[in-house]
Amino acid sequence: MKWNSMSLHRKRSMLGFVFIAPWLIGFLFLYLTPLVQSLMFSFTKLVIQPVGYSLEPIGFENFRNALLVDANFNRVITSSVSQMLISVPMILFFSLFSATLLNQKFRGRTLARAIFFLPVILASNAIASAEQAGLINLIGSGAYLDEMQADLSSYNITSIVYMLMDVGIPRSFVDYIVSAILGIYDIITSSGVQILIFLAALQAVPSSMYEVAKMEGATAYECFWKITFPMVSPLILTNIIYTIIDSFTGSPVTTLIYSVAFETQNFGLSAAMSWIYTIIVALILVIVGFVLSKRIHYN
Amino acid sequence: MNEMDNSYYRKQKSIQRFFDVTYSIFRALLVIGISFIIIYPILQKISVAFKDKVDIYNPTIYMIPTHFTWENIDLAMGILDYFPMLGKTLLFVIVTTLLTTASCALAGYGFARFNFPGNQILFAFVVMTILVPSTTLMLPYYLHFKNFDILGVVSLFTGKSGVNLMNTYWPSIITSATAIGLKAGLFIYIFRQFFKGLPKEIEEASLIDGAGGIQTFFRIMLPNSVPPIITVVLFCFVWQYNDTFYTTLFMSGMELMSLKVATLSSQANQFIPVLMGYSHGSGFKADPNHVAMVVDTGILLAIAPLILMYIAVQRYFVESIERTGIVG
Repeated sequence: MKWNSMSLHRKRSMLGFVFIAPWLIGFLFLYLTPLVQSLMFSFTKLVIQPVGYSLEPIGFENFRNALLVDANFNRVITSSVSQMLISVPMILFFSLFSATLLNQKFRGRTLARAIFFLPVILASNAIASAEQAGLINLIGSGAYLDEMQADLSSYNITSIVYMLMDVGIPRSFVDYIVSAILGIYDIITSSGVQILIFLAALQAVPSSMYEVAKMEGATAYECFWKITFPMVSPLILTNIIYTIIDSFTGSPVTTLIYSVAFETQNFGLSAAMSWIYTIIVALILVIVGFVLSKRIHYN
Repeated sequence: MNEMDNSYYRKQKSIQRFFDVTYSIFRALLVIGISFIIIYPILQKISVAFKDKVDIYNPTIYMIPTHFTWENIDLAMGILDYFPMLGKTLLFVIVTTLLTTASCALAGYGFARFNFPGNQILFAFVVMTILVPSTTLMLPYYLHFKNFDILGVVSLFTGKSGVNLMNTYWPSIITSATAIGLKAGLFIYIFRQFFKGLPKEIEEASLIDGAGGIQTFFRIMLPNSVPPIITVVLFCFVWQYNDTFYTTLFMSGMELMSLKVATLSSQANQFIPVLMGYSHGSGFKADPNHVAMVVDTGILLAIAPLILMYIAVQRYFVESIERTGIVG
């Protein structure tokens, strides 16, 4: 088919393919193929040969090993998923709170913003592991490290626990608040991008809405819940998804999967583990998306 | 009557004023407190970097040392092989950042403005690349780049089975050029949202004036898309610089900042006695506290380029995100 004899419409759509060509090539050869391969590996026993590798199908053996035989996998995955479920609401709450704070006018706002986004830059696994290793080196053992960190951070949290219990707040909720207080550094450092997104959303809210509300006599509290919150609610879903994805990168599950593959050379098991992890995360994302998308106000 | 009204309003006003002042004090405390939590580790590392060994066991010192020294910085730079490594790291990060931005901008434009068949489905795949954890692809990537060969071209010409690309820059360069590298899906998404938000008329005008589709993109659309370009370049740069996932997978033996910093502590233990003039076999062990100081200094050196860059461009961070249209 000649280029000139094609209709304008066809030309446009061919041009579209030209633009996405780099991505399409990458996607087909370096994403889809590896993805299918990874699925294949999870059902086989993979042995690296001098040239290439050989596969030996063994059915669901790898998945069975991951879930029932491996000593670490279940523990690591439950703890990291539950950690994720605990920290997502905290990060979300903190980032919306900070964004509202940074959206107000006060002296030194530019400086405050610059500092609040610093964690976006410094959130690095390399640095975290260097610090961890440095501390272990300092104290002499990793086991003692956890104990010491607990000691360092607990500036007598018990008084707060007693206070909250006396007020009559349920036990599980007190635990949640306490863990939020103790983990405040982690929460702050992992909510940089989320603050950025919320802040952008807040600035997109037309100021005329607030003017009208003020004229009608709405308080700041009402303004927040009736205007600000509905207007930024689509971004809550975005931020939840971002937070969940972000928690993959440094998660202990990744480390475990890596070490199973490259230290114990059990490639099939590692592939099976990563697929179980993927499925769990996908389920969480689907549930979150389904529950929230009904409550979100789209304008 | 009038007087009563007046006093009532004055009272109301002073109550209002009282609340305003209390609120701004409360807000200032919050902002300062949170800021302190964020910058405290950095301040601490700066303090440690200039502290002399003599001051380690002096309990009266808080933050500001009494004996200043460059020794820690010298040691950390020696262990990290700082400037040559920083040069290599920056070269690597800048190349991958530029490639990622270019390929993602093209893909984002393609998805935003062309109604080719399968547009929706392919874009759903882009979203999928964002959502699937990269751990799933770790193993095939490793095997793939260990014997790199697209459609058997290499074995056709040389008779060997593929090229080993491990411990070269190529795996990362190839994945960034084809827009599936580190978080590339997110960048495609940002570009697509932005291009969707631009008015169609700009493009139509240039098409009517006789410019081709590719020419329109480079002459009209790119100059108009500064905000998403800045956003993507900044985030891509930072994430590449800090990345340990792809670097440990592809380039575990190479001199890159993120890799070197992660193993800093063991290296410090090994090299400090040597650098201080003791031979390997002498059995001399460095003071753990001193090692910790050098490790902290090394971390500071590793993040220093990022902080300097951030100070220069931080105002674009907020502004560009606002204008990229992720939100709208």
